[in-house]
Amino acid sequence: VSLTYTQYINKAFDECLHDDPSILLFGLGVGDVGAVFGSTANLQTKYGADRVFEIPLSENAVTGMALGLAMQGFRPVMMHQRADFSFISAEQIINQIAKTSYMSGDIYKIPLVIRMIVGRGWGQGPTHAQSPHAIFSHIPGLQVVAPATPLEGYYLMKESIYCDNPVIFIEHRWLHQTVEQSDKELIMPNIYKARIMKPGSDLTIISLSYGVIECLKIAEVLAELNLKVEVINLRSIQPWDINTVIQSVTKTKKAMLLDIGHIEFGLTGEISSVIYTELFNLMSHPILRFGLPMEPTPSSAALAIDHYPSIENMLQKIKNHFGFNFELKKAIQIFVDKFPYKTKHRDQPDIGIIGPF
Amino acid sequence: VNQFLNSLFEKDLIPRDSRVKMLASLHLIRSIELLISENYEEQIFRCPVHLSIGQEAIAVGVSLHLTVEDKVVSTHRSHAHYIAKGGDIFRMLSELIGSSWGCCKGRGGSMHIFDNSVGFMASIPIVGSSLPIAIGLALAEKNLNSKNLVVAFIGDAALETGAFYESLNLAALKELPLLIVLEDNGYSTFSNKLVRWPASKNVRETIQGMGVTYFYGKGDDVEDIYKNISDIIKRVRSYEPILLHLETFRRYEHCGPNLDDKLGYRSKTEIESYLDRDPLKILELKLVDSGVISEKNLKALAHQINDYVQDSFMSMKNHNRDYLAKFRTSD
Repeated sequence: VSLTYTQYINKAFDECLHDDPSILLFGLGVGDVGAVFGSTANLQTKYGADRVFEIPLSENAVTGMALGLAMQGFRPVMMHQRADFSFISAEQIINQIAKTSYMSGDIYKIPLVIRMIVGRGWGQGPTHAQSPHAIFSHIPGLQVVAPATPLEGYYLMKESIYCDNPVIFIEHRWLHQTVEQSDKELIMPNIYKARIMKPGSDLTIISLSYGVIECLKIAEVLAELNLKVEVINLRSIQPWDINTVIQSVTKTKKAMLLDIGHIEFGLTGEISSVIYTELFNLMSHPILRFGLPMEPTPSSAALAIDHYPSIENMLQKIKNHFGFNFELKKAIQIFVDKFPYKTKHRDQPDIGIIGPF
Repeated sequence: VNQFLNSLFEKDLIPRDSRVKMLASLHLIRSIELLISENYEEQIFRCPVHLSIGQEAIAVGVSLHLTVEDKVVSTHRSHAHYIAKGGDIFRMLSELIGSSWGCCKGRGGSMHIFDNSVGFMASIPIVGSSLPIAIGLALAEKNLNSKNLVVAFIGDAALETGAFYESLNLAALKELPLLIVLEDNGYSTFSNKLVRWPASKNVRETIQGMGVTYFYGKGDDVEDIYKNISDIIKRVRSYEPILLHLETFRRYEHCGPNLDDKLGYRSKTEIESYLDRDPLKILELKLVDSGVISEKNLKALAHQINDYVQDSFMSMKNHNRDYLAKFRTSD
C-alpha cells in the first residue's frame, strides 16, 4: 500500500525517534487529537510526553528553547501548522538560530528543524497561506528545503533531522494527501541535489514543493503537443543545486520558473540572475517567471482564483513568450481531459482534501 | 573562579578566607573593565562595550555558587559574568579586538561572548531573547537528569519584552532548574524605569502570579548576596525555577568607556549615592574593619591583580601584533 505524504512524514519521525534518543518533537498540535494533520499520530503514546509534546502558545520562546536544546546536543524538531506562525519567532530564527554557530566561533553545532506547513485555498487568506522559503533563504546560517513528493518528504525530513545545521522544512498543505507516483523506491544519493522529474530538450521548467506538481501537468500537456519539457524539482532551496539547473538550460536554452511565493525579490529572481550570469549569450529567450502577485493572498475563493497562476494561463504565456507553435485551445483541452478536476472548485486541491482545512 | 585567582590562593600569598576570594574576583573584573575603558581611545577594542563597573557584586556572588558544569547565559553587558564564571581573560580581550585568538574567533565581539568550556553558554544582546535559550538549556539539563543549574542574567528592561513572560510560563510549566538573576540598574540605555513601568507595577506579584518563586534584595554587597542565596541555589537545583531581583548601579555609560554624569539624566544625588554602593569599596571596608586583611595586604592584592591584567593585555597585544598593525590609527 502506498503511503501519503503525511504518512511518510510520520514514518520519518517514528524511525528517527526510535533510533536516536536525542530527537525531540514539539509544536502546537503535536500532542492533540489532530496531531498536525495526522503527521504526529501515535508518536506521543509510543515515545512519551517528554520527547513528543504540546507547547504553550509561545512560538517565540519555544523556538529559543529549541536552540538551547540544540546547544546541549539534542536534535529538536519544532513545527508550525502554518508557516505564517513562524514569523512570531523571527527574532529567534534570524538573530539567534541562524547565527549561533558562526558567532560562537563554531563551538556549537545547531542540529534543529523548524517544520512549516504552507496553506492554500479554502479561505486561508492573508496570514495563513504564505511560504517563507525566500525570506529564510536570505539569512546566512539557515538551510531551507521544500520537498515535492511523499518519498522526498520522508528522506528530506530524516536528512534534516540528522543535519548538524538549522533547517527550515517547507511542506505544502496540498501535498499532504498525495501518494508516491514513482514505481519503485527512489534511490537518493544526495537529497540536496535537484531532481529531474522528467527529461526534455525544448524547455526547462524549475519549481519547488507543490509547484512541481503543477509543472508536471504542464509538461504532460506539452508532451502531447510534441514539446519535450524538462522539469526540475529543486528540493533544496538553500543551498540550491546550480549545476543541475545550468546543465539543463544549457541544453534547452529556455527557462521557466514557477514559485509558490511572491514574485518580487524572491526565488525566481535569484535563480534567473544566476542563469543569466552563466548563460546570457546562449539563451534563445528571456526567462519566463510565475509566482504570486505583490498583494496579500485573499481569503475569498473568487479572488484567490486570480491570485494563483492557473495552468491555462501559464500555457498561454508559455506559447506567446517562447513562440511555441501549438494551438492554445487544443492545449487547454488536453489539460482538462488529462487532469479533470474531481472537485467543483479550484480553491482546493484536485485530490484528497476538501475544505475546511 | 579564574585560574589566576586560584594560583594566588595556592601560593598562600593571601588568606584563604572566601571573602578575600570574593574581593579578588571583584578586583579582577574591575581592573579589566578599567583597562578597557582606559585603552578604548586607542581604538584597539574595535567594538561596542557595555562595562560592568558598579554591577560586579551580583556576578561574583552568584557565580561563586556555580560549578564549571553549571550553565550561564548573559546579555550585552557580559564581561563580569564571563570572568566570574571562570572565563579566560586573554581570550576575552582578544575577542574584543576582533582577533582569531578570541573565544569566538573574533566573530562575536564584546556583545556575543560564548565559551562553553567554562559553561558560559551565550551572551545575547537582544534584550529578553536570552531567556528562551536559557529555557532550552535548562530543559536539556533536566532531560539529562543532571544536577546542573542554568543561570540567566537579565536587566530590568527584559521585563518589558514578550519573551520574558513566555519564558517564565515555560520555566514554571516544565519545573526547570533555572535561576533568573534580574540585575535591576533602573535604566534602559538612558531611560529611567519611571517612563517604562507604570507606577502600579508590582514585580513580585507579577512573577509569583506566573508560578515562579521570587526573591528581592540589594545587589551591592557581594558577601550578603553570596550568603543569602545558598538556599535559593539548592532549591533551583531541585527543579524550582526562581527569579532573584537585585538592585544595582551601572556606574558607567550604557555603551562605551566613559562616565556620562554630564548628560544629566541621572541626578547629582543619585550619582553620589554610588559612593556608598560601590561593591569593591563595600567589601574592602568590611574586610579591613574586621581585620580579615590588612591595609598592606589589600594593596598588595590589588597590585598583583592589576599587574596580572596588564600582563595579560601586553601578552594579548604581542600575540596579535600583526593583526593590530592593520588597524593602527597613527598610520
